[in-house]
Amino acid sequence: MPTAAAASIFPRLTRMDGYYGSYVPVLAIIVVGAVLVTAMFLGNRLLRPSRPSPEKQLTYESGVDPVGTGWAQIHLRYYVFAYLYVVFAVDAVFLFPWATVYAGLGWVTVGEMGVFIGIIAVGLVYAWRKGVLAWT
Amino acid sequence: MIVQALGVRTVDDLSEFGTDPWWLSLIKAVLIFVFLLLLTLFNIWFERRVVARMQHRAGPNKNGPFGLLQSLADAMKLMLKEDIMVKAADRLLYVLAPVISVIMAFLAFAVIPFGPVVDVPFTDRQTPLQLTDLPVGVLFVIAVASVGIYGIVLGGWASGSTYSLLGGMRSTAQVISYEVAMSLALVAVFLYAGSLSTSEIVNAQQRLWYALILLPSFIIFWVSMVGETNRAPFDMPEAEGELVAGYFTEYSSMKFAMFFLAEYINMVTVSAVATTLFLGGWRAPWPLSLWDGANAGYWPVLWFLAKVMMFMFVFVWLRGTLPRVRYDQFMALGWKVLIPVALLWTVAVATIRAMTLDGGLDRRVLVGGALVAVLLFLLLSIVGERAPKEEPEAEEQPFDPFAGGYPVPPMPGQRLPRPEPAGVVPGGAQPDQEDDTARRSATEEGD
Amino acid sequence: MAEERVVGVGAGAAGFGGYDRGGGEPGGLATQDMVLNIGPQHPATHGVLRLRITLDGERIVGCEPIVGYMHRGVEKLFEVRDYRQIIVLANRHDWLSAFSSELGVVMAVERMLGMEVPERAVWARTLLAEMNRALNHLMFLGSYPIELGAITPIFYAFRERETLQQVMEEISGGRMHYMFNRVGGLKEDLPAGWLDRASAAVAAVRRRVPQIEDLIFGNEIFLARTRGVGTISPELISAYGVSGPIARASGVDFDLRRDEPYLAYPELAEEGVLRVTTGEDGDCHSRFGMLLEQVSVSLDLADACIARLRSLPQGPINQRLPKILKAPEGATYCWTENPLGINGYYLVSRGEKTPWRLKLRSASFNNIAVLPEVLRGCVVADMIAILGSMFFVVGDIDK
Repeated sequence: MPTAAAASIFPRLTRMDGYYGSYVPVLAIIVVGAVLVTAMFLGNRLLRPSRPSPEKQLTYESGVDPVGTGWAQIHLRYYVFAYLYVVFAVDAVFLFPWATVYAGLGWVTVGEMGVFIGIIAVGLVYAWRKGVLAWT
Repeated sequence: MIVQALGVRTVDDLSEFGTDPWWLSLIKAVLIFVFLLLLTLFNIWFERRVVARMQHRAGPNKNGPFGLLQSLADAMKLMLKEDIMVKAADRLLYVLAPVISVIMAFLAFAVIPFGPVVDVPFTDRQTPLQLTDLPVGVLFVIAVASVGIYGIVLGGWASGSTYSLLGGMRSTAQVISYEVAMSLALVAVFLYAGSLSTSEIVNAQQRLWYALILLPSFIIFWVSMVGETNRAPFDMPEAEGELVAGYFTEYSSMKFAMFFLAEYINMVTVSAVATTLFLGGWRAPWPLSLWDGANAGYWPVLWFLAKVMMFMFVFVWLRGTLPRVRYDQFMALGWKVLIPVALLWTVAVATIRAMTLDGGLDRRVLVGGALVAVLLFLLLSIVGERAPKEEPEAEEQPFDPFAGGYPVPPMPGQRLPRPEPAGVVPGGAQPDQEDDTARRSATEEGD
Repeated sequence: MAEERVVGVGAGAAGFGGYDRGGGEPGGLATQDMVLNIGPQHPATHGVLRLRITLDGERIVGCEPIVGYMHRGVEKLFEVRDYRQIIVLANRHDWLSAFSSELGVVMAVERMLGMEVPERAVWARTLLAEMNRALNHLMFLGSYPIELGAITPIFYAFRERETLQQVMEEISGGRMHYMFNRVGGLKEDLPAGWLDRASAAVAAVRRRVPQIEDLIFGNEIFLARTRGVGTISPELISAYGVSGPIARASGVDFDLRRDEPYLAYPELAEEGVLRVTTGEDGDCHSRFGMLLEQVSVSLDLADACIARLRSLPQGPINQRLPKILKAPEGATYCWTENPLGINGYYLVSRGEKTPWRLKLRSASFNNIAVLPEVLRGCVVADMIAILGSMFFVVGDIDK
């Protein structure tokens, strides 16, 4: 039961082997990863040749000399998608904790969450109607 | 906190984690790296061999037994290659991008359970076959996957090349579209498991896999995990027909190898997540589970691997079978199919679950709910973009035989003007002068 | 004010510049027309074709094929080679239909000389030309799915190509540039037992080609990417002189094998073996389907030729030629239905041992010329699908 788990975890918040203790191994992965990446780069540096020339360092553009840089001012076509993404990502983040505790709360929370999802669905339908989801 | 049921010791609650001594955690972390690196070498070989079989080829079979060392040889080759950094690149981000990609790919595996609690050899300690677990385990995986995309986006941006930039942009759009579907598909799992922690979700599937009772979630998750890892048929970020190589066009040597590594680890990661959430994780599949020892000791690692490889095979199968989806079709699939279906399914599962928890099933509620669901679905499928405005018909243009600077034929509806003999001038004007003017005007028209 | 800026290619290269999407108010930003370069070194162009594409947002507003990166001045070279040597050059511009391209030259010279070709040679030529057609189409049946991201069909296509290639190699010694035609017939007689092997190869290919169809032709992603994409109207086809399978896919019922018969085609058409199939839609999908159908027709024709060659009495397969071959003064135009379309040679001779002028009309050049019209108004994402479905060989464009 998650509630029981939470109860057994909270008193140990202050101890490193408790709640935060479970995050420490995540750091271990990052440390080992950093070591690995460093080793890879070092090995690469020792083994590889390095003879740069101006031609090599040109960016590739279908065989013609590149004009300007790749950093053009770009119209992000999908910025509307990005907005929608934020909406739905937050939606999902709200749904996650709800999903874990909902078993104990019953019909009321189902109704509430239904309303929440309904509003978001209407938003999606609205965006759809407005033609935002068309990619042209 | 270790239950002794059927000879299987499983993690009872999260307090099991965080009690390992530091050396054990370090060993586990290193083991995860070793496991993933070996699995990547194996998977590259596996993919090449399987695709080769599908294409009447042999595939790599020279280096090592069955060609198993081929990927290692390729990795060594990449290590020996000159590292070219293009002038236009942003140096710091250019180096950082593959590093982010690769470390984030490893990181997600911190919370994947490989098996139950086992004895550590040579000691009297017991430890779960999982580096750690968090109360928000799955959320952690999703978060890490999102950060991993930064590697691709930054790599595309830092290369200073248009192809890379576009590849990176596509990747972003793809991920933001498919991550939503992915997350929403998981809500149903949490509804049933009552937890976000991976080990508890595995425990909750002791009797029945969620892939069976939550089939729509499973399918949505599966589709979006292919989209999330940029694999065929959703591999637009590296569509070689259009973007050459996409975000890693300008990468070479070790940095290229890292992107490659990250891609394959990501495939394993999503496969492992799918296994954990839907296929009962490390638990033995049905006929095997009749044997009591199947879920004890180190055996479950084998079942886990087998399930992961099943997903890997499907990845390879898709690549060998399907053409690439066009970009807008892909986005439409995500936003117009997967997300609405996932939303509806979440509501449906919540309702059904509440009913079963309530005990008695009220027929009217069920019918009403189904009706609402059907109505919502119809609403979603009926709406669509408003018809695009008709563009005004292009006006009939007089025929210009040199449109664009080179000779062109008359278009349908245009008429070829009757050629006038050059230099033949009616009337009594001086032939030479007239001839010159005519020629000059003809040249001007030509431009 | 259209400001031009050159950047790389990309189907996602949407909305560069201050282009505002979806009917919104541009918000004061000037719309930039952007120029994209596809090629000369780009994986989608199978060689060194370059397309200069002008974009307005996602839409292509203009496209200019820039050709000539592979120009070898073949027409000028023709003028300083004698007729035997010209065959070598002639089979090189379209390296996928070498035999058919040789055929045009020798037929033009034969016509000028008024030379009769032995009957066996006529049927053998027809057989080899049709096998060459199947080989060519199989190449595109494999490479087009690759453009769309399906990597498997090409291996199936190459297995079939290999089967046919083997008999072609056995008879001519070449795998691409067969160099098997001679003025007055073929280089050598058919090897003993070759007809059986050719017949077996054709049967094997006929049995296995449907696999390619099953692999890709009905695939939903394939349909979504090709149906209604890159439609060419019959009027446009006539305006640009587009020919071959691309023209027939648009419903233009024109095939030189039937409409201006050469070799043994009149007889084959009478027997009903030579079927000219036409499509309706003129989109990428029907162009691809046209290749599939043409392969099966070619295999039927090959079978009919093999059967006829078996029943023909023994006899010569070429004519004895003088040491110095001179075409009499005059001019002739000889065109043939090459796999990719009409391939024509306009031969002007002044009675020398070299032609005074030999104009080459190659199929791909005209077929690619229509691209600006097809691509105009398309979204960039469809460009690769359309480009691939124009079935061109760069050497055939640039000559």
